[in-house]
Amino acid sequence: MSQSNPNTLDAEALYAALLEQVRAGIAGAHEPAIVGIHSGGAWIAERLARDLDLTQRLGVLDVSFYRDDYAKKGLPAEVKPTNIGFDVSGATIVLVDDVLYTGRTTRAAINELFDYGRPARIMLAALVDRGERQLPVAADFVAAHTRMGEGEALRLQQAETGQFKLTIERDHA
Amino acid sequence: MLNPQLNKHGELQHLLTTEGLPRAIVNQILDTASSFVGVSDREVKKVPLMRGKSVFNLFFENSTRTRTTFEIASKRLSADVINLNIQASSASKGESLLDTIDNLSAMHADMFVVRHASSGAPYLIAKHLHDTRQNHVHVVNAGDGRHAHPTQGLLDMYTIRHYKHDFTKLRVAIVGDILHSRVARSDIHALTTLGVPEIRAIGPHTLLPGGLEQLGVRTFTNMDEGLKDVDVIIMLRLQSERMSGALLPSAQEYFKSYGLTQERLALAAPDAIVMHPGPMNRGVEIESAVADGPQAVILSQVTFGIAVRMAVMSILAGNQG
Repeated sequence: MSQSNPNTLDAEALYAALLEQVRAGIAGAHEPAIVGIHSGGAWIAERLARDLDLTQRLGVLDVSFYRDDYAKKGLPAEVKPTNIGFDVSGATIVLVDDVLYTGRTTRAAINELFDYGRPARIMLAALVDRGERQLPVAADFVAAHTRMGEGEALRLQQAETGQFKLTIERDHA
Repeated sequence: MLNPQLNKHGELQHLLTTEGLPRAIVNQILDTASSFVGVSDREVKKVPLMRGKSVFNLFFENSTRTRTTFEIASKRLSADVINLNIQASSASKGESLLDTIDNLSAMHADMFVVRHASSGAPYLIAKHLHDTRQNHVHVVNAGDGRHAHPTQGLLDMYTIRHYKHDFTKLRVAIVGDILHSRVARSDIHALTTLGVPEIRAIGPHTLLPGGLEQLGVRTFTNMDEGLKDVDVIIMLRLQSERMSGALLPSAQEYFKSYGLTQERLALAAPDAIVMHPGPMNRGVEIESAVADGPQAVILSQVTFGIAVRMAVMSILAGNQG
């Protein structure tokens, strides 16, 4: 797969590409639904749900209660409520994150989803895959692959107009 | 002054009282609780946060209700809960409080939930854990003497925030046996921290402690005057043993002066909410028509209480020394 330069990633173009992948991927799927991982994934999921006419089938996850670093770091100061407004059992769920990295967040999100019911299928969509997985996790839909320097984080931001932008930050964690 | 509830990073290490609890931590608890409310509605009413942690419920004083809510909260966090009926065990054989704690710590306890008839008992335990360098063990005060009942205070704040949103414009009245009430103390400190401009205490002279004015509380012995235009009414349970203690004439006399009736409720703001920490004495401090009426949020308090206790325990267990 071709690697993009992280400095030249165009979040809006990536979103358009991801939308088309997801549209094709869930065509004919049984009871499709979109679930975004707080916070960047939730923004993308909201937009996907609008563009795919699935706003009644939209959910948001905050995986804080399922993270594997709780014993080390404790609870984050801010935990957003998880809100899954549809029946998870039997649904085909597109789980959405902004940046796919170690796979630990995906693991936590899948665990949380199963506490709501038994989905027929979970697919994973990410705007950017930055590699360096620590768990056996692969995305079904990815708009770009890239590599980041050590201690760097790729952050999605959303402007008031709804426009997406990706920025590189020094990771404090 | 060093706050014994906080660790060296300023994070919550124990929850002993709402007095002096920083506003940011109160808000963190309330915000986290709102994320836990939904957990109880799911197919699996559990999150794995405290998997492998052991919570010991140490109730040196009886309380089925509070103990049960802590037990449910612990279980919904996937912790292992051990209930110790202390009255029937070691303490009655003469073991000291701190020896009991050391024994349970040796069984790898991660958290003690303590209810004790003596004010300050949870402090003593927290100090002992600190002095013996057991900073991985946390203490939650589930009610100590007349002093504090911080999780009840916090769940009351959660309930008020849920219905009223903004604390900074509220008039809140606490009615009844303020003198013996650890709930009243915990509420007053939390309401003050959250910026409530007007707190009122209503009760007979014999049940209003001195020093309320210094806490910024207005006192009323006439309930009709005290209820005028309040947004929140917190009724307290009248403990029957107070009757025999000559502090009050009789339950009927008390109800006549301080029972919350529909007529009295009409003196408060039209959208006032009625709270009660339970268990209620219908016909003593509150009329059934009010307790079951549209303005009562008493059962919501119970539901929110689970989420608030989950928030407190999960924040504590995640903070290390």
